[in-house]
Amino acid sequence: MKSILKLRRLKRSYAGKRAQWGFLYVLPWLLGFCLFFFVPLLSSIRFSFSSITANSEGITVKYIGIKNYVEALTVNTSFNRVLTESIVNILVNIPLIVIFSLFLAVLLNQKFIGRSAARAIFFLPVILASGVIMNLDSTSLVQAISDASSGAKVVRSLQSFELEKLMLQAGVSEWIVNYLTGSVDRIYQIVSQSGVQILIFLAGIQTISPQLYEASRMEGATGYEAFWKITFPMVSPLILVNVIYTIVDSVSTNEITDLILDTGFTAFNFGLSSAMATIYFLAVALILLVSTYLISRKVFYYD
Amino acid sequence: MRNSRLLSVEFWKKWIWSFVRLVLIAGLSFLILYPILQKISTAIKDKEDLYSPIVMWIPIHYTWDNFKQAIMIMDYWDTLMNTFALSISTTILTAASCALAGYGFARLKFKGSNLLFAGVILTILVPPSTILIPLYLNLKDFTLMGIIPLLTGKSVNLLNTYWPFILTALTANSLKAGLYIFIFRQFFRGIPKEVEEAAYIDGAGIGRTFSRIMLPNAIPAIITVLLFSFVWQWNDSFFTTTYLSSGKVMSVQLAALPYNLNNIVSGGSSQADPFYLSMVQDTGILLAILPLIIIYLFVQRYFVEGIERTGIVG
Repeated sequence: MKSILKLRRLKRSYAGKRAQWGFLYVLPWLLGFCLFFFVPLLSSIRFSFSSITANSEGITVKYIGIKNYVEALTVNTSFNRVLTESIVNILVNIPLIVIFSLFLAVLLNQKFIGRSAARAIFFLPVILASGVIMNLDSTSLVQAISDASSGAKVVRSLQSFELEKLMLQAGVSEWIVNYLTGSVDRIYQIVSQSGVQILIFLAGIQTISPQLYEASRMEGATGYEAFWKITFPMVSPLILVNVIYTIVDSVSTNEITDLILDTGFTAFNFGLSSAMATIYFLAVALILLVSTYLISRKVFYYD
Repeated sequence: MRNSRLLSVEFWKKWIWSFVRLVLIAGLSFLILYPILQKISTAIKDKEDLYSPIVMWIPIHYTWDNFKQAIMIMDYWDTLMNTFALSISTTILTAASCALAGYGFARLKFKGSNLLFAGVILTILVPPSTILIPLYLNLKDFTLMGIIPLLTGKSVNLLNTYWPFILTALTANSLKAGLYIFIFRQFFRGIPKEVEEAAYIDGAGIGRTFSRIMLPNAIPAIITVLLFSFVWQWNDSFFTTTYLSSGKVMSVQLAALPYNLNNIVSGGSSQADPFYLSMVQDTGILLAILPLIIIYLFVQRYFVEGIERTGIVG
């Protein structure tokens, strides 16, 4: 009896010690979380309800209710348009990026000559696709002129134009046609945004045990069937991961964040800028919640 | 025998698929490499080749002038050293603090640790622009919750110093740190509990178990986090241009390059040839990403293999 009590006390003290250490390990993050995330987040919300004027003694914050939100949504000329445009853009790109990266991951998982070189090239966008480089790229005149002179753009647009006509004549709905041809025209954007996603899918595919494929081949399944019955369900949890990653990645810099920064740092209207940022965050959170809910119902977990 | 092989459907299916795959992969690779090749070709071109209709890719007159110009304007070597110093220090600090937090969340459960982990998820989900302005104001008059004014009498301005990066890295709240904590947590959860218990029974404390047993087992995760954090810090323009607007760091210099270029080349009279400016600008971009590409050539093996074993997957 005594020994059991002793054991239990020992166990509890061990657990208690672990809990203490756990808190200690998390402490640096917690400090940073409060200093650099939570307090700024709260004050961002507070700013969005106030008018802020900066003077020599610092800044003064005056509560003005929801005026900033009203201004952002009804008075400001570009906020509504830019917000809907960026959100539609994100929503359009998610399925394209996820499907494309799954396809490429399957492709890069097969054995062929030069596979490691191909992999190295496909992960290069992880390094190159970043804000400032992309911005400067899009303003590069040399690139524009050589594109024009080599006729690359012309040929590309011509092709999708022909294809468009062909599909429309075949009776495919106009919306789908536009979506497909649009995605062909934006192929570089999609390729350059799917580096990490390819990496995650590739990792997932490699954890699927080869016995499953062997067994299915014995039973006479084709490669196509094996993909839909084995690979696809097995990587479906990663589809969720990748959708979330894609959303998070694409919300961090786009036109709307530029607008928010401009309002804050060029026009010095911190209140309006915070209100915009809060609306934007709510919109992103809504997208994340809905997509997580929809996908997690379909996801298959092995165990 | 030979004939029957040529006639079989399987044989042709295999070859057609290989061909389609080759075309797809070669085409997409070209698409990815195209901007880089384009920049290399532009960078070694002489001014007169720019208008020559017969020069497409390979120039007739080679020159290093673009490089010299871009190196001078960007103050390249200083910038390179500064960027390296900044990226390496934040990378190491971030990896260390995120590993600690990840282990804490994965194994050392305490009351409310799940709630705090929800906080980590929140930091991943909130767009950085939402908190940027209060953060900016906070760093401009940094008080560390009122401690610094008690000691020195006034708050410190941390803008245009490296302190914002070091402090956020030290406290696992730098760029995309939530993601790294998540990666570490998933990885540590994948290491069997028995390993840890054995170490404890052998008399190792929790700190020792972590540093001697868990960390060496987590090397793939550490490599992944180091690589991602280095690359993203190097390329980050969002925080860097805000905190370090006058610092000599690669992304700031790149963002200011078009403006500086115009000032220096044309003497501020905006008479310079825009194509020439664009040419030097392309060279500047190439110079900025060149160190990353060189490093990538050596570590891409770990990049691909590292993440496969980090267990973001499981």
